[in-house]
Amino acid sequence: MHTKTIAELGAGLRAGEFSSVELTHHFLQRIERLEENLNSLVTVTPESALMAAEAADQQMKSGHADPLMGIPILQKDIFCTRGVKTSCGSRMLDNFISPYDATVTERLMQAGAVSLGKANMDEFAMGSSNETSYYGPVKNPWDTARVPGGSSGGSAAAVAARLAVAATGTDTGGSIRQPAALCGITGLKPTYGRVSRFGMIAFASSLDQAGPMTHSAEDAALMLQAMAGFDPKDSTSADEPVPDYSASLGDSLQGLRIGLPKEYFGEGLDPAVSASVESAIEVYRQLGAEVMEISLPNTGLAVPTYYVVAPAECSSNLSRFDGVRFGYRCENPHDLEDLYKRSRGEGFGPEVKRRIMIGTYALSAGYYDAYYLKAQKTRHLISDDFRKAFEKVDVIMGPTTPTTAFGLGEKMDDPVTMYLNDIYTIATNLAGLPGISLPVAPVNGLPVGLQIIGNYFAEAKLLNVAHRFQRESEWHRQMPVGFE
Amino acid sequence: MSLDHSDVEKIAHLARMALDESQIDAYAKDLSNILGLVEALEVADTDHVEPMAHPLHMAQRLRQDQVTETDHREENQSIAPSVETGLYLVPQVIE
Repeated sequence: MHTKTIAELGAGLRAGEFSSVELTHHFLQRIERLEENLNSLVTVTPESALMAAEAADQQMKSGHADPLMGIPILQKDIFCTRGVKTSCGSRMLDNFISPYDATVTERLMQAGAVSLGKANMDEFAMGSSNETSYYGPVKNPWDTARVPGGSSGGSAAAVAARLAVAATGTDTGGSIRQPAALCGITGLKPTYGRVSRFGMIAFASSLDQAGPMTHSAEDAALMLQAMAGFDPKDSTSADEPVPDYSASLGDSLQGLRIGLPKEYFGEGLDPAVSASVESAIEVYRQLGAEVMEISLPNTGLAVPTYYVVAPAECSSNLSRFDGVRFGYRCENPHDLEDLYKRSRGEGFGPEVKRRIMIGTYALSAGYYDAYYLKAQKTRHLISDDFRKAFEKVDVIMGPTTPTTAFGLGEKMDDPVTMYLNDIYTIATNLAGLPGISLPVAPVNGLPVGLQIIGNYFAEAKLLNVAHRFQRESEWHRQMPVGFE
Repeated sequence: MSLDHSDVEKIAHLARMALDESQIDAYAKDLSNILGLVEALEVADTDHVEPMAHPLHMAQRLRQDQVTETDHREENQSIAPSVETGLYLVPQVIE
């Protein structure tokens, strides 16, 4: 059962071939047997999962046929889940039982999805390897000596290992697409504002966006359908109509204009990854697409811009963790300043501290113009590059990451080297555009991701373009050895 | 831009974050490297560029001033570090 997609399992459930309770048991047993090799989960909730599965079975008997009804999924531990620990991968929230549900959690539950638990992640979503989690690193199921990517590394590893059919993720600079690429799954980061941020613990509020992590574009369409839409509880939620994402999956790609940014195929890209991506683009040529070289001249500014904007927003967002109202509190504080300083010093890990300090510095008196204001202007330049490109092409394609998954511990000593993993994904967050990563031919047995970037609110087009490739290829059906 | 030991102490104080004395030099090195990465922005010509605060050009939405929240006192009490008879306890920190 675990080799099937949401679409296939949903058909089986509705035809009465098996029940959601049976399906949920099957995945819970896989978690029990395989999870210790991966460390991909922070919390497993078997009791509430089985209750939700029973409810889904009842609903299906009375004729409810929502595509997600009875499907076992995982939530990244950044989404508030009522009555369940929501740690965000941090000691700071190790004791936090959320008193409410995130909108994403609520909508998926309403659609009948069965949550098996909460997925491990980089602390406060800050990381590209899932090694900054308070709960320890997640391992890549394709090679457990390697990282799964981050920050949604637990979600990616668990879906790749078939511990759940699908998972939620969040993407601030590549945190859905990069781990999806390194673990060989499909990950979609929607347009900024497409999915509600309410109840999603904030990292960088002008960049954060939630999305699905699945085996196929077809499944991503089903998950996004439930997740997307206007939410009055999120002041930056987009009040735009939500199309039927499944309806256009099979549309022809005849005449589709694909732009390849020359800056995404230059120095730093592993030649084997490049070859794999190019062979996928060849498939698109055969499907009738027109491929042309384009330029995004300000690509080099993306990582530096991000490392001002994101830390600045994080230093402000994370100021709420003060040891007073909820979360970690230090022992025996002797005055108010000591309470703040030690609660934060002991509650946050090193990467979160680095980013809070960079942000604090960039926003401090005398430095604001040189750093934050400057970065907001270069952000505009980056955004303009895409605007101009989309006058000529329908979608942009390139590699999701410069290399395949690297070894655990390999880049932890050097934050700047780690940051450069997101060189191809960060610009889309700065511009607020949607992007999807899907598996193409692996290199030395390790997954490679093709990234497709679309115009604002063009998720249906991205899913269509990704689905047509997956109709021609089997890479998204590959299973890591030991997790069959 | 290179940061030294005392710069890091000052920034950590601004962020109200205690650092292990033994780790301050390592933070100084890491933060200096990150600022080195960020220096690439200096060469960009932004003389006639508007700052971009937000990816979508949207206006702040307003809503009717009506009570929509229900009472969550029990749930909120249950996650506080320390409570007593319905009150939130914090350490005595005012001398």
